[in-house]
Amino acid sequence: MTQAGTQTTDGIAGGIAGPLEVDGIDMSRRLPQGVAPEDLVDIYRRMVLVRALDERIWMMNRQGKVPIAASGQGHEAAQMGSLLAAEKDGNCFFFPYYRDLSIKMSGLTPTQVMLSFMGKAGDAYSNARQFPLQGADLAHNIIQLSNVVAASLTQSVGYALGCRMLGDERVTLVYFGDGASSQGETHEAMNFAGVHRLPVVFICENNGYAISVPQRLQMAIGDVAGRAEGYGFPGLVVDGMDLLHSYEATAEAIAHARREGPVLLEMKVERLMPHTTDDDDSRYRPREEVEAAKLRDPVATLGAYLLAEAFLTEEQEEEIKAQARRAVNEATDAADATPPPDAGEMLKHVYAP
Amino acid sequence: MAVKSVIEAVREAMREEMRRDERVFVMGEDVGWRGGVFLATQGFIEEFGEARVIDTPLAEASIMGIALGASFRGLHPIAEVEFADFVWPTVNQLIGEAARVCYGTDGKLNAPMTIRIPYGGGIRGGLYHSQSVEAYFFHTPGLKVVAPATPYDAKGLLKASIRDNNPVVFLEHKKTYRLVRGEVPEDDYVLPIGRAEVKRAGSSITLVSYGLMLHYCLEAAEQLAAEGVAQVEVVDLRTLRPLDTATVLESVKKTGKLLIVHEDNITGGVGSEIAALAADAAFDYLDAPITRLCGPDVPTMPFAQTLEDAYMPNTHKIAEALRTLAAY
Ligand SMILES: Cc1ncc(C[n+]2csc(CCOP(=O)(O)OP(=O)(O)O)c2C)c(N)n1
Repeated sequence: MTQAGTQTTDGIAGGIAGPLEVDGIDMSRRLPQGVAPEDLVDIYRRMVLVRALDERIWMMNRQGKVPIAASGQGHEAAQMGSLLAAEKDGNCFFFPYYRDLSIKMSGLTPTQVMLSFMGKAGDAYSNARQFPLQGADLAHNIIQLSNVVAASLTQSVGYALGCRMLGDERVTLVYFGDGASSQGETHEAMNFAGVHRLPVVFICENNGYAISVPQRLQMAIGDVAGRAEGYGFPGLVVDGMDLLHSYEATAEAIAHARREGPVLLEMKVERLMPHTTDDDDSRYRPREEVEAAKLRDPVATLGAYLLAEAFLTEEQEEEIKAQARRAVNEATDAADATPPPDAGEMLKHVYAP
Repeated sequence: MAVKSVIEAVREAMREEMRRDERVFVMGEDVGWRGGVFLATQGFIEEFGEARVIDTPLAEASIMGIALGASFRGLHPIAEVEFADFVWPTVNQLIGEAARVCYGTDGKLNAPMTIRIPYGGGIRGGLYHSQSVEAYFFHTPGLKVVAPATPYDAKGLLKASIRDNNPVVFLEHKKTYRLVRGEVPEDDYVLPIGRAEVKRAGSSITLVSYGLMLHYCLEAAEQLAAEGVAQVEVVDLRTLRPLDTATVLESVKKTGKLLIVHEDNITGGVGSEIAALAADAAFDYLDAPITRLCGPDVPTMPFAQTLEDAYMPNTHKIAEALRTLAAY
């Protein structure tokens, strides 16, 4: 974790070091405070399930059963790490973006996820009016209204302002990509959040691409996190391929946000798949780059770490994977057998009563 | 009953709602110690404090996005756009986002926010202080669009907008702010959104309008009555979306003739929709072609007095159009 902004405070700075390497990623440090080995096994179970769903969804797109999907493969550690921190905090609200399958399925069953991707009745986010898992899941404190990148940033800041006005202690987490960081609304949102020191954690999942456009054409700087300085709050670069880094950075950021105001976390991640099921990344991305990224697979990395630390046996790991496969199969069958929404739904809910 | 100006009515509506409901707050450029460039929020920061009267950075997209996000949390923000001409940076949040909240969440989430927009010309405002912007919002399902003409309507409808659970674009014609005065009750009253009003009863021609033009229409109608040419019925739309089609059609069916007047440019304007409505639903009752008298298709009225006059519909032009229609 590197400090990119200059406005540091004790809680938010931090460095972690240690000798053990798993697939090139340093994993050998004491567990962060408040995280037990069982937490990590549970997170690993969820990550394996998300990955299995993600892979199945992609496959079903090829079978013509899922119209569109954006894969979160490669982003799981960043998403799950931040999610774990928010869950442990217990009073957070989420504005994720379309790539955040791990965040959005946090409250859903695999069947609910499949219903959504297949555009079936009962989709928890919008009853299949929108792209998969887009709309709101208020039962789990999640809003993702729109496909328009960065539109949620000002909304999340407004949400945080509302929380402050109502006197609650909730912290708002908003997620976006490196491409979205270029939008004017990103600047406006961070500026306002800085002025009012609102409890917002801005989480940029930087995978180096916005569809095909590489970071060097997106911005003239190496780290989005450095921009935080211009808004008067800390910005941190986080290894988003590392669950523990992501967890710790987010946990500190949440505490800081509640106490002192916004934080920008830039989670450096890899996009292991094309932009969406509609994309062909071979037109713009060298194969060697993708292959190298796959060697840093965050799910495999966490699995290897858990085995190396003996938090998990090989049999248990196998069982976790088998369970995920079964859950995905059942979910697929259940969603497949569910009808799409009735056409009569189309005219409803244009206005609130 | 006290006689008040439109701007006083607007101020009173907001002040009463802020006193009534803690969830209501105002945000915008210069709304704090300045009290708004038109003084709509004069005295507010003294009464309600900086937490509920927020002087925002000069950044319209975020004003709208932040108001929207606060409405997600259950607040009832009133976001002020300093002039309609500067609403364009907010269009992503307003048309792209706010209008789709309820629909896009299958009714789970809504956006109880009010967007106050001073609009319109005839004040030597040139291209960037005269714009009429209603057609863009009028076109957008999910938004409500209110455009009052009188102090009484402004107060009652603004209170209704603030209490509404949907995003309401509340259009205040700048020229009416101090020019138009009328009786406004001191007590709490709310007028229904979506209801037009017959502001002058008549039998021979239906004249549909809203905002500043409504007053010119009433003057023209009086002229024609005085001349003994026609008894014109003047319908004030008051709300543009949802449109009160019943009141318009009832009048057209009675008079058989229809003139629509607005300051906004003619093509694709509110008048086009009303003309289509009458053609669809009152064709058999029409005795004359449906007529529109609107701003011309230029990108806003220009600055020079001659050019602005050439743009603006006025009492004289409306009376002329009515005479033509009466003679048909
Ligand atoms: C305002 C806007 N313009 C264009 C698009 C089309 N689009 C969808 S995703 C995307 C790339 C976004 O890249 P980034 O923010 O880096 O996130 P990533 O997909 O890489 O996770 C683009 C251009 C959009 N959704 N919104």
